[in-house]
Amino acid sequence: MSIKITMPALSPTMETGNLAKWLVKEGDSVRSGDVIAEIETDKATMEVEAADEGVVAKLVVPAGSDNVKVNSLIAVLAEEGEDAAQVAKNALAENGSAAVPAPQQQQAGTGSALPVPAGQNSAAAGEQNPVSAAKTAGIFASPLARRLAAQAGLNLTAITGSGPRGRIIQRDVEAAKRAGGAAAAAGAAAGSAPAPAADESAILAVFRPEDYKIVPHQPIRKVIARRLVESKQHIPHFYVTADCNLDALLKLRSDLNMAAPVIKKEEGSAPAYRLSVNDMIIKAVAVALKRVPDANVSWLDSGMIRHKHSDIGVAVAIPDGLITPIIRQAEEKSLSAISAEMKDLIKRAKQMKLKPEEYQGGTSSVSNMGMFGVKDFAAIINPPQATIFAIGAGEKRATVKDGAVVSADIMSVTLSADHRAVDGALAAELVQCFKNIIENPLALLI
Amino acid sequence: MVYDIIIIGSGPGGYVTAIRAAQLGFKTAIIEREHLGGICLNWGCIPTKALLRSAEIKHFCENAKDYGLTLSGKVAVDNSAVIARSRAVSARLNAGVGYLMKKNKIDVIWGEARLQGQKNGQTQIEVHKPLKPAYQPQHPVPKTVLGEGVYEARHVILATGARPRALPGIEPDGKFIWTYFEAMVPPKLPKSLIIMGSGAIGVEFASFYRDMGAEVTIIELMPQILPVEDSEISAFARKQLERRGIRIMTSAKVIKVEKGADSVTAHVESSGKVETITADRLIAAVGVQGNIENLGLEALGVKTGRGCIITDEWSRTNIAGIYAIGDVAGAPMLAHKAEEEGVICVEKLADLPDIHPLDKSKIPGCTYCRPQIASVGLTEKKAQEAGYDIRIGRYSFAANGKAVALGEDQGLVKVIFDNKTGRLLGAHMVGAEVTELIQGFVVAMNLETTEEELMHTVFPHPTLSEMMKESVLDAYGRVLNA
Ligand SMILES: Cc1cc2nc3c(=O)[nH]c(=O)nc-3n(C[C@H](O)[C@H](O)[C@H](O)COP(=O)(O)OP(=O)(O)OC[C@H]3O[C@@H](n4cnc5c(N)ncnc54)[C@H](O)[C@@H]3O)c2cc1C
Repeated sequence: MSIKITMPALSPTMETGNLAKWLVKEGDSVRSGDVIAEIETDKATMEVEAADEGVVAKLVVPAGSDNVKVNSLIAVLAEEGEDAAQVAKNALAENGSAAVPAPQQQQAGTGSALPVPAGQNSAAAGEQNPVSAAKTAGIFASPLARRLAAQAGLNLTAITGSGPRGRIIQRDVEAAKRAGGAAAAAGAAAGSAPAPAADESAILAVFRPEDYKIVPHQPIRKVIARRLVESKQHIPHFYVTADCNLDALLKLRSDLNMAAPVIKKEEGSAPAYRLSVNDMIIKAVAVALKRVPDANVSWLDSGMIRHKHSDIGVAVAIPDGLITPIIRQAEEKSLSAISAEMKDLIKRAKQMKLKPEEYQGGTSSVSNMGMFGVKDFAAIINPPQATIFAIGAGEKRATVKDGAVVSADIMSVTLSADHRAVDGALAAELVQCFKNIIENPLALLI
Repeated sequence: MVYDIIIIGSGPGGYVTAIRAAQLGFKTAIIEREHLGGICLNWGCIPTKALLRSAEIKHFCENAKDYGLTLSGKVAVDNSAVIARSRAVSARLNAGVGYLMKKNKIDVIWGEARLQGQKNGQTQIEVHKPLKPAYQPQHPVPKTVLGEGVYEARHVILATGARPRALPGIEPDGKFIWTYFEAMVPPKLPKSLIIMGSGAIGVEFASFYRDMGAEVTIIELMPQILPVEDSEISAFARKQLERRGIRIMTSAKVIKVEKGADSVTAHVESSGKVETITADRLIAAVGVQGNIENLGLEALGVKTGRGCIITDEWSRTNIAGIYAIGDVAGAPMLAHKAEEEGVICVEKLADLPDIHPLDKSKIPGCTYCRPQIASVGLTEKKAQEAGYDIRIGRYSFAANGKAVALGEDQGLVKVIFDNKTGRLLGAHMVGAEVTELIQGFVVAMNLETTEEELMHTVFPHPTLSEMMKESVLDAYGRVLNA
């Protein structure tokens, strides 16, 4: 039997991915675990491993193909003793005639913990053309227009047709695309469509055409936009701010860094770790959530998710956007472990190489703008989380100690909380707890 | 009387536009100086197809034995009868246009038109005797026409067509150096012929005269014959034409032509060398140029460029009330483009809803040589240049049952898809009857089908059209009979 390799779903909601690169050629032998291809989604680049061994009989989807449907055939392996050419031929014939069987929803429950409307599961499961099939039946549009809209994530119902009898045709979809996709994003349409943006032509009308140019959005920009609109529109945010004295924490950090053992590496010797203030803040948030477990929650209409661990997302700026990789069970990890993990995550985030499970989920987040000299700010909650800590710069400020005005390193923190899940008093308790840990940082060492 | 619309020129652009204008309720007149139906019906599309049909029948007869038939004797060509048939076909359609004008209550004004001026929101047109005599033989002038004088219209549509382009030093003389006019009515068949230019017109005449027994040499400046066609199709066609004994020189330039007593000698430069070729006659088929002279364009300030009238997407010139369509408004210089452009122009004047400018990327082009060539959309090279990630499907006539049964197993169907969207970007064919097949792809393109609909469409068996479906399947690795 030949072995079929299909487009993997990197996340439950992934519908298509781009086959960036083949790392094998037809005729190559592969063993289980060999990396054979790289797949890109709007957020990450992922390596695809062979699950079996065999000879690559046919690369069905060429490298560089965009929008390859999840579960569609991408390559075929011939098993030992099989004729690769024959296998390739059969596979192609089959691939053509029989529709790819509807796959089971894989990895349900990982990734986004948001309630997923029933319709979205089937859309994610590799239908031929999720948008057109599921949501645009009955709309008068040309086949090409349907496909272009699906690829651009545009909702056909929001597009006016200019073809004969109002048929939506290619140029209408392209006009909608140029207009920046005023129509609701297809993904959002599944359950939580943001209100359509204001009429874009009205916006453009107030600027002189020679005074601007329009740059099309990268996929990641659209995802960020959609998720943030979703968050701000659906989550009743409120904010709690406190100032934390950093003196003890800075002292502890410097002591710990000085005490780091030096280890020998090929490139020379280096300290085993070098903690950043941010590493300590991550741990502080994790410990605070452990101590105030009522705040370590996510809202569901049907009930409250109470998390057992503090999985802390950390906002990382990447080219064209940002992403929040997650330190899992941070309350149980040592500072040096968090530090090492963060370094690795940041590096791979910048290369767009994070796996979806490395940035999806999480129970709270840290967004630190201290390095930009920001005093304080409020962050938007990253669903399905209920809280996010916005960290300002540590700076020398006049403060009162034992009745006297003294100078100390002070850092403002602003907690944004989902009021459905976390009430004001609880948020205050969480911030208080965080402040306590920062000011008495030995708690970070236990 | 003031007309709503006056159209100057009754070629396929002009007369079809007149009919559509009349249907829309416009009071319409058409001015023609020479022949109803323009170049197309009188000296272009139609009479050439009649000639090529004679050539094809001759070819069939000569190959009757391949089909188990014995014809005793040789197939002889009666040159004057072949031409007479071609003229009769043309005359019938020419008369048909006269009938259509009458039926649609369109006034026909006979004479040469010149724009005089504009006042009170109207354009005045002066109609006078033609400055040059008509090409002969001329079909009879329709019985009821209006004569010389000044006419007025709110809208004037210029559809004056085009004429052969002349290269300096190689000007057609009607005797040794022919244009399509003389080539269509040869007093006697030349034994040898040089054809300068390998566009559709040049290649069609090459095909015709070769079948009629002449030694034919095609000289083309560009690296391939039929320069607008996909290079793979062009190369295929070239091989077939060469197999028929036509000599083809590409990247070659005629630098001088000398006339002998009853012959011409062309000096042809290619890859740095000059070669002389002598033949009975030479056909200059190096393109056409718009009829923009003596039209009064300068008086009104109508802008022209590169020998054509400059128009916008609605065929409007820079002067209000003046429009231009068809060959005189620029490439592609094809009858069906002229017609569609004119229809859209008057529908826009009628302010019909949902009118869109002509999409020139979906205009098919056909060449009626043997083998035929037909195409629509982007060539492989153009698609690549446009930055598309393309997917190509091919299917050979040799694998098609109907083609084999017809004894026409040399040909190729090639389709080009956008890999990303499944949009059909181009279709290119060479082989028997492909000019009748191409519209299948044209319809598909206009309805914006993707590969999926084409793959799910049932094509009748056995037909040549099945190759169209197979080529689409091939593009997606699913070809069945290959
Ligand atoms: C040999 C040959 C073969 C061809 N084969 C094909 C083919 O197979 N398929 C295809 O699509 N196209 C073909 N063409 C091209 C096609 O003939 C033209 O594209 C088409 O005729 C253009 O139509 P038109 O209405 O713009 O102009 P024309 O057909 O050129 O008509 C213009 C008319 O305007 C008249 N006119 C010009 N000036 C004035 C004036 N001042 N006053 C009054 N009347 C005036 C002319 O007498 C003429 O009748 C062929 C052309 C040639 C020469």
